[in-house]
Amino acid sequence: MDYRLSHGGCIDRTKPLSFCFNGETLNGYEGDTLASALLANGKHLVARSFKYHRPRGIVAAGVEEPNAMVQLGRGATTIPNLKATEVHLFDGLEATSVNCWPSVTFDINAANGWFSNLFPAGFYYKTFMQSQALWMKVFEPHIRRSAGWGKAPSEPDPDCYDHKHVHCDVLVVGGGPSGLAAAYEAGRTGARVILADEQVAFGGSLHALKRRIDGVDGVAWAARQAAELDTMDEVTLLPHTTVFGYYHHNYLCAVETCINSHGIASSPANPRMRLWHIRAAQVVLATGAHERPLIFADNDRPGVMLANAAQSYVNRYAVLPGTNVALLTNNDGAYEAALDLKAAGAAVAGIVDLRSSADGDLPQRARAAGIDVLIGHVVTAVQGRSRVRGISIRQLSEDRRSVTGPEKTLACDLLLMSGGWSPVVHLFCHTQGKLAFDEVRACFLPATSQEDVSCAGALVGSFDLAGGLRDGAIKGAQAAMAAGFGAGVPVQTDFACEEPGEGTIEAQWSVPAPGGHTKGKQFVDFQNDTTAADIGLAAREGFESVEHMKRYTLSGFGTDQGKTGNINALAILSSRVGRSIQETGTTTFRPPYTPVPFGAMAGRDVGQMNDPVRITPMHDWHVAQGAVFEDVGQWKRPWYFPRAGEDMHAAVNRECLAVRNGVGVLDASTLGKIDIRGPDAAEFLNRIYTNAWLKLDIGRVRYGLMCHEDGMIFDDGTTARLGDHHFLMTTTTGGAATVLDWLEEYLQTEWPDLKVYCTSVTEQWATVSVAGPKARAVLEKICPQTSLSPDDFPFLSFVHGTVAGIPARIFRISFTGELSYEINVPWWSGQTLWEAVMEAGKEFDITPYGTEAMHVLRAEKGFVIVGQETDGTTTPQDLGMDWIVSKKKKDFIGKRSYDRQDTSRSDRKQLVGILTDDPQDVLPEGAQLVANPTAPKPIPMIGHVTSSYYSACLGHSIALALVKSGRERIGETVFAPLESKSVRARLVDPIFYDRDGERRDG
Amino acid sequence: MHLIDCPFCGPRAELEFHYGGEAHIARPEDPAALTDEQWADFLFARRNTKGLFRERWMHTAGCRRWFNAVRDTVSYRVVATYRMGETPIGSGGAKD
Repeated sequence: MDYRLSHGGCIDRTKPLSFCFNGETLNGYEGDTLASALLANGKHLVARSFKYHRPRGIVAAGVEEPNAMVQLGRGATTIPNLKATEVHLFDGLEATSVNCWPSVTFDINAANGWFSNLFPAGFYYKTFMQSQALWMKVFEPHIRRSAGWGKAPSEPDPDCYDHKHVHCDVLVVGGGPSGLAAAYEAGRTGARVILADEQVAFGGSLHALKRRIDGVDGVAWAARQAAELDTMDEVTLLPHTTVFGYYHHNYLCAVETCINSHGIASSPANPRMRLWHIRAAQVVLATGAHERPLIFADNDRPGVMLANAAQSYVNRYAVLPGTNVALLTNNDGAYEAALDLKAAGAAVAGIVDLRSSADGDLPQRARAAGIDVLIGHVVTAVQGRSRVRGISIRQLSEDRRSVTGPEKTLACDLLLMSGGWSPVVHLFCHTQGKLAFDEVRACFLPATSQEDVSCAGALVGSFDLAGGLRDGAIKGAQAAMAAGFGAGVPVQTDFACEEPGEGTIEAQWSVPAPGGHTKGKQFVDFQNDTTAADIGLAAREGFESVEHMKRYTLSGFGTDQGKTGNINALAILSSRVGRSIQETGTTTFRPPYTPVPFGAMAGRDVGQMNDPVRITPMHDWHVAQGAVFEDVGQWKRPWYFPRAGEDMHAAVNRECLAVRNGVGVLDASTLGKIDIRGPDAAEFLNRIYTNAWLKLDIGRVRYGLMCHEDGMIFDDGTTARLGDHHFLMTTTTGGAATVLDWLEEYLQTEWPDLKVYCTSVTEQWATVSVAGPKARAVLEKICPQTSLSPDDFPFLSFVHGTVAGIPARIFRISFTGELSYEINVPWWSGQTLWEAVMEAGKEFDITPYGTEAMHVLRAEKGFVIVGQETDGTTTPQDLGMDWIVSKKKKDFIGKRSYDRQDTSRSDRKQLVGILTDDPQDVLPEGAQLVANPTAPKPIPMIGHVTSSYYSACLGHSIALALVKSGRERIGETVFAPLESKSVRARLVDPIFYDRDGERRDG
Repeated sequence: MHLIDCPFCGPRAELEFHYGGEAHIARPEDPAALTDEQWADFLFARRNTKGLFRERWMHTAGCRRWFNAVRDTVSYRVVATYRMGETPIGSGGAKD
C-alpha cells in the first residue's frame, strides 16, 4: 500500500527513484531518505535488535536513529551500518537489513528473546569470566558469528576521497533557523564564515514543523536565507556536511558527502567525500536537539516512533507513517504531531499524557479538534510484535510511582512518543565543555567551555522558533565581533513567527509497571537492547558511576552512541541510586559525533601515498636485478639479491661468502649523514660522543657512540674530520632524524654559546661500499690517481679522490671486518658510480649484497647494531665497549650516569656470543635463555638472543645475546626453551671471526 | 589540535611541533659534583603540574627552533610562548 500523500512535502514528485530493499524493488522520490521511502511503502519492520533480535522499526528521522541500520550497496563500495534515516535516496540504491538471518521478518536468533532472563546486564562478563577454555572454544566463535551488524567490504575501496584545510573567522555548526540567523549576522560583517549542516537542505527543524517566519513559509525562508548567504563572498556553505569532532583551540573536523549516489564514480577532482579540517577563530554551535523516547513496556515495537519524527515524515517527506495514531507524551509537542497527522488524513485514537494537567495552547487545539486526551495516564503495554496493533493504558497513581484504575485498550497502528528534548551537546563537550542540568526543561544545557565558542537555539534550550532565531542572530553578530568584524549588533532580532505556545514538561523517566513488574521490556537503549531493568540491576550490583553503568549495560555504545537513550539511562540510574541527575552527570562525549568512513579519514593517503617512500639513486638498478627489499624507516633497502632458483638462505650465504672471499658491494646511501661546521664543532662532538674528539686529525675518521644523559646508547656511527671546523657525521639509517634533533636540542638549549651548525646531507651523498679482499683491486681500476695502499690510505681515514670520473670522498671504514672502501659521491651520480663499480668488479665476480648479508657479516665480527643489541636500557659497558668511553674527559652526555648504582651493577645483561650444540640450529631472535630448563616454573630467565644467523663462512649458526653477568659466564651452557624443543648452547666471546682484525687491510 | 604561537613563525598547528617536556631544567654545570640522588632528580624527576606549566617545544616541521611555552594542563590553553634565554613568563610550574 502507498502511504505517500498526494501533495506537500519537500520531495520532487517529478523525479521518481527506484531502489531495492532486502531484494524487493520499491519506489521513492528525489528528496526522500531511505527511511521515508520505506515508510511510504508501508515498511516499518526494517531491522533486528542486537542482543534479542527483536523486530525493530524506524524510530527517528535523523542521525539519532537507533534501530534502522542497513547495509548499503554491495561489493567494494558497500557501506555497513548506515541509518536508513541518514541515507539520501538515489536511483538504483540497494540496501539490506543487518543483524538478522535468514531474513528480517524471520530471524532465528530471535530465540534469544525467549530466554532473555538468561541474558541480563553484565551477562557477558559473568559468563565469560568462568573459564578461558569455554571462552576460546564455545563462546567467542558463537558471538563472532551472531554479533556485529553489517559486513565490511573485503575489496579495496575504489572511491577517491579528499581532505581540505581551512581557516575561518566564524564557523557555524548547524543550518537550522538559529544557525542560519547566526551565519547571516556573521556573514554580513565581512567575516569569513563557514556554515555546515548534515542535511542536504538547510532549514533543520523548519522541515519537520509547519512554521512561518516574517510571513514566509519556514522552508522557503530557509532557502531564501541560504541563497542570500551564498551571495556573500566570504561565506562558505557546506550542506551535507557533518561536523563530527571539536578539538582543542577551535579545530573542528567535518565530513562532506560530495557524491551521494553510488552509481556515480568518484575521481581525484571529484571525490566521494571530503574531510574538512577547520580552524575557526570563533565557533557558534547551533546543533539543535533530539527528541527523547519514553520508557514503557515494549516501547521498541515497529510502529512506535518519536512524535517529531512522525511530523518530519508527514511534513517534509509527505509520508503518512500510520493511519490510526495514538500518542504518549510528557509535553505539549506531541499534540502538534497529532494535529499534523490528523490534518494529513490519519485518525487519532487518543493522546495519553503523563502530566497532571495539559492546558496549553496545543492541548486546547487538540481537544477542540475532537481528539481524546487522557491526562495522568500511561501506556503499560503494546500489542503486536512486528507492528503495533494497539496499546493498554492505565492511570498514574497520585505519587506517580504506580498505576491504578482499570486497564483501557486502544487500537492503533502507530504510537508516537515524546519524552522531551535533549540538546545536541556532543560537540560542545568534546573539548571538556561542562553541562548543567536544567530542571525546568528537563535536559542538560551547555555551561562552561575552554573554547572560543557560543551556543545558540535549541542547544541552549530556546526551543521556540522566535527565541531560537533571536538567539542565533545575537550569537552570530557577537562571534563576528569577537573575531574582529562588526559591532556585535544584529540587524534583526525580532522575527514574526507563527508557532504554538511551548507549554511545560513533566519528566517521567520511566513508566511504573502494573503490580510493580512489567511483562514486556522497557527499552532505554534500543540499539544495545538495554532495558530499565538492566540499569536497575547495574545499580544494585554497585555499578553506580554513569561510566560503569554504561560499560555494564552497554547503554550508549554502538553506531548511534545512545543519542536517544543516554539521558533516560542516566536519569533512571540517578533515581535508582538516589542522586540528582546533575550529580550523576553524563558519560564522556568523544568524537566522532556520527561514524566517519575510513576512506574519508585516509583521504589521499592511500596506496603509494600512504607513507613517504625514500629510495636511493641506485634503486632502479636494484629493482632491475630482482632485489628483495626491506623497509628501514621510510627507506627501501635491498634485503638480498636472489639469483634464479635461490631462496633467501641460499642468496644470503652466497653474498656473505663473496664478501669474505672475493668482493661485494653494498648500497649504503641510506646511512644518515650530518654535516657539522663551526669553530666549536670538535668541542661539541667531544661532549656528544663518549670518546675523545678534540685531537682527531683532519683526514681521519673515528667511530663514536652517542648516549642519553641516563647513559643508555641511542645511536652510533663514524665521523670524519674534513677540516679544522668541519666534520661529517654518519648515523644509523633509522636514527638520522632523531640524531639531528638531538644535536640541535643541545646546541639551542644547553650550549647556545657553542658556534656550531648542523645540516642533514643524507640525500646529498650517495654511498657505495666496496668490501672484501679484492676491494682494492676493484677500486684501483676506477680510481687510478689515488694511492690505495694501507700505508698511504690507512684504516679509519678518508681521502678526496676521483672515482669513475666523479669527485668523491672515499672512507676506509668497515662494517664487515674486510678491507672496505665507502665511496661517497653527489647523489645524482650514485647510479653512475654503482654501475662503474659493477663493471670494474666484473672480473672479480663482484657481488651486490643486501642488508641481511650485512647483518650476518657484522655479527660474525661481533659488531652491534643499535636497536638490535640495544633497547634503550643498554650501556656501552654492557656491550663490552668500555674502550670507547673516555676516562679522561671531565664530562660528556651520559658520563655521570655510569657511576649510578644501577649502571654499575655486576649482574647487568652483557653482550656475549652463543654457539648452539647443533651447528644447524638457528635460534629465533628474542628467544629467552635459561640456565636450567628443568627448574621449577617460572624458570628464571638470564638473558635473551638479540641477533641470530647462519654463518656460511663459519659453517655453523651464530648468535649474539644479552645475558646477566654474561662475560663471567662465557664457557657456560645455557638453554633456549622453544615451543618445540629446548636448544642447548654455549656462551662464547661475541667475536666469531678474525678476532685479531687481520683482514682489515686486505 | 593545539594552535601554538611559535615565537619565530607565529601560530601554527600542533602537528608541526615536537614536545620537549618541562622547561627550565638546566643541565648541571658539573655533573660529577652531584650526589646520585641529585643526578637522578635531574634525570628523572619532572613535575606533573595541574594548571599553568612551563614547557619546551620545538618547531620541528617549521623553523626547527626550540622555545618555551606556558600551557594550562587543565584547559590546554597556551597562555604564552617565549624564546630560549628570555625571561620566563609567569611563575607556573617553575621550581621556585
